[in-house]
Amino acid sequence: MIGLDVGRLAAVARKEAREYRRTPFIIGAMAVLPLIFMINPVITIFAIGATVKSATVAKAVGATFLVLLVVPAVIPASIAAYSVVGERDQGTLEPLLTTPVRRGEILIGKALVAAVPAVGIAYILFALAVILAHFFAGNPTVAATLTEGSHILAQALFAPLLAVWSIGVGTAISARSSDVRVAQQLGTLASLPPLAVTALVSFQIVPLGVWTAVGFGLGLLVIDIAMWRGVVATFDRERLITGSRAAKTTGVGPGGSVGPGEVRRIRFTGGTDVG
Amino acid sequence: MAKEQLTDGAAPALVVSHLTKRFGDRSAFEDVSFEVARGEVFGFLGPNGAGKTTTVRTLGTLIAPTSGSAVVAGIPLSAATGAEIRQLISVMPENPGLYVRLTVQENLELFAGLYGLASPGARIAGVLETVNMAPRARDLCGRLSKGLRQRVGLARALLSDPVVMFLDEPTSGLDPVASRDVHDLIASLRERGVTVFLTTHRLEEAERLCDRVAILNTRLLAVGPPEQLRTQLFRSSLVVETAARLPAPEAIFTPEMGVDKWTPDGDAAYVLTVAEPRMAAPRVTRALVAAGADVVSIAVSHHSLEDVYLELVEADPEAGR
Ligand SMILES: Nc1ncnc2c1ncn2[C@@H]1O[C@H](COP(=O)(O)OP(=O)(O)OP(=O)(O)O)[C@@H](O)[C@H]1O
Ligand SMILES: [Mg+2]
Repeated sequence: MIGLDVGRLAAVARKEAREYRRTPFIIGAMAVLPLIFMINPVITIFAIGATVKSATVAKAVGATFLVLLVVPAVIPASIAAYSVVGERDQGTLEPLLTTPVRRGEILIGKALVAAVPAVGIAYILFALAVILAHFFAGNPTVAATLTEGSHILAQALFAPLLAVWSIGVGTAISARSSDVRVAQQLGTLASLPPLAVTALVSFQIVPLGVWTAVGFGLGLLVIDIAMWRGVVATFDRERLITGSRAAKTTGVGPGGSVGPGEVRRIRFTGGTDVG
Repeated sequence: MAKEQLTDGAAPALVVSHLTKRFGDRSAFEDVSFEVARGEVFGFLGPNGAGKTTTVRTLGTLIAPTSGSAVVAGIPLSAATGAEIRQLISVMPENPGLYVRLTVQENLELFAGLYGLASPGARIAGVLETVNMAPRARDLCGRLSKGLRQRVGLARALLSDPVVMFLDEPTSGLDPVASRDVHDLIASLRERGVTVFLTTHRLEEAERLCDRVAILNTRLLAVGPPEQLRTQLFRSSLVVETAARLPAPEAIFTPEMGVDKWTPDGDAAYVLTVAEPRMAAPRVTRALVAAGADVVSIAVSHHSLEDVYLELVEADPEAGR
């Protein structure tokens, strides 16, 4: 495929990070959404009494687990959905595309900056839930269930894979949008389907074990790859600028052109003599 | 080998031949051919919707032509050579498109990184100096006035020391002072030998800044130095004023004097259509004196580029589509 230049990739990523740091809605989303999503785990941890059966505990922990995955799914979708249409809105897309930057560098640079904080926050929330459960849960099975190998593995795998999906689908929507708000709403919606798949595990319709985690992880990886192939294929300069891709170019043979210093009237049908 | 390098150095910055871009069945520009030499400031004039921006986007490798060919900075334009061409050119679009949440310095750092510049810090300081923006390097671009943003846009376009700089209407929406700033900058670029492809519909701008201009209205109507376009399109004329009405002007304003046609212009003034004013003026003066007329003034009348432009564009059957 296209060779990527680390310097250009870093330049794109650095610019994205600087922009996000100064964008209130992104900082707000990163700060507020995780707080909201911690409510359910905290309730679960504190509300389960010491005598509750382990099956009920597993069910509650499963729900907690799902809630924690909403963060890496939804936050980057909203950021990615802004990323291209936001540049189009500011008028920066065209100058960006006139530089030697490759589309892979734009896409990866933007994706990294959307993914890293979201996945980081997801991991921190999970760690927080585990720590809270360990020290404060009334029922010791809560902490034990949360820290089962299959749960940790599932969190570790699903968070980045969901983020990669969300960023891809958000970017694809962003590249075709002319309205930032619509793009963000659609992006958030489109980030949900894979989350529904993980709900199968959370609600124990499919019991969670190491192999189910790996299996679901592989499934997510496959749809991620397929979707990103589509994103790269349609992330084309002409389409981004004009909204449509050109028909196949045909060359035309050589012909007379006008050299420097010469004058040529190409076509002129009016009178020549004025005054 | 040495000779090859020499001719290579002199190779035109742009060679455009029979280039056409259609959107569906509407032509943005059609069958456009011209060349731009290195170091030239080339004006691309045309009314709204003439296809100027689309031409810049096509030569800037953002969109593919429908047909025809072009060589940009010595490299044939094709889908495969886009990245290579982009390394050698820079484009300032109609809207300079700065990241408003980044500072001037940070905007330029991004582009220095994208062009892979070796010592970005020094280069950025240099271009900011050129556009007189060094003291504003730490300001957020969102807080700059339109004129200052335009200067940052120019600094950005200069950053990679491009073979060709495309400037799409760099003075649109600027007040006269800010426009003059931009004009001065372009004039200084010209002195430094930078090749500039400048689109505009401001004729006095083109006349002041450009070595040659092209007039486009979907099709190319004319290409040449402003001066030559003027003399080619309009026959020159002499305006003769005498102290009193001439008794027999037809005996003086003859083809032998180099006068093709003459018309009275008021009581004791005449407009003469001449092929060569430098030849006709002294002859006519001598003939007038010999005939005993008192000459008050005799002057060559000039047509501005605006006259040329209006003449061409209004006569164009595609005008006012
Ligand atoms: N993406 C597009 N899709 C369809 N038509 C387009 C597109 N871009 C430009 N056009 C058409 O191509 C023609 C030339 O447009 P262009 O923007 O190049 O003109 P211009 O000379 O830059 O005008 P202005 O002086 O207003 O900037 C216009 O008729 C325009 O409507
Ligand atoms: Mg334009």
